[in-house]
Amino acid sequence: MSAIVYLTRKAEFSASHLYHNPQFSAEENKRVFGKCNNPNGHGHNYVLEVTVKGQIDATTGFVVDLKQLKDLMHQEVLDALDHRFLNKEIPEFFSLIPTTENLALVCWQRLAPKLAAARLHRVRIYETPDLFADFYGEV
Amino acid sequence: MKVHLTRRYGFAASHRLHNEAMTAEQNRDIYGKCNNPHGHGHNYFVEVTVSGQVNFQTGMVCNLADLDGFVRDHIFERYDHQDLNHLPEFAANVPTTENLCVEIYGILHRGFSKAHLEKVRIEETMMNSFEYSGEAPALR
Repeated sequence: MSAIVYLTRKAEFSASHLYHNPQFSAEENKRVFGKCNNPNGHGHNYVLEVTVKGQIDATTGFVVDLKQLKDLMHQEVLDALDHRFLNKEIPEFFSLIPTTENLALVCWQRLAPKLAAARLHRVRIYETPDLFADFYGEV
Repeated sequence: MKVHLTRRYGFAASHRLHNEAMTAEQNRDIYGKCNNPHGHGHNYFVEVTVSGQVNFQTGMVCNLADLDGFVRDHIFERYDHQDLNHLPEFAANVPTTENLCVEIYGILHRGFSKAHLEKVRIEETMMNSFEYSGEAPALR
């Protein structure tokens, strides 16, 4: 039985968004979401941290092949989200408000099914250096 | 779906680590430079982690305006540009960052009701940090 190790890979992407719930009145949207409700959106440099958990492979010494993890992060998240307007271009956010919390959920849903041997442990999204959301797959 | 949300805040304060119950030599021995008589200061950074279900109407675990407002009124106003040793909670309690972490956790735990408090983490300098999640020692 080999040791369980957690490995984290980091990446950056830039995207724009706005917070708006069509079921709310204009006043309610402004009250709940403040500046984040400005109609033409605004952007962030997001930092994505993906942490996988697994046993160290006896032959490679790896928990996960970092090249494969990097490629997967690109295919599933970065290539799709980088330099996009999340509300208008990413299908998940056609009906889901693109908060940092929901972005963490969406990144998890995109990555988790594709990670076979090394299990996804945590997705962390920094919206700014002062604010981040973590999702551990908990219901 | 349960998500953890963390917000980071900064404030500046001074303190001196000194325990009246110990001799001058013991204080010097245990606290070193932190026992210098006139105190010294730090730029503290506090990370507050809350958790909960993502509200489907707002997409939020908790509205950051609520958390920011609470921290501004009850933590920043209390500690920013203060000498920690002069505050009542540190009258009989050495203002180490361990103790500050427990105090700030208590303020949030008692007063902030908009989301479940998971953890308070404080960086005293870039090189050291402290975390408290409300755990108490097991009863014997």
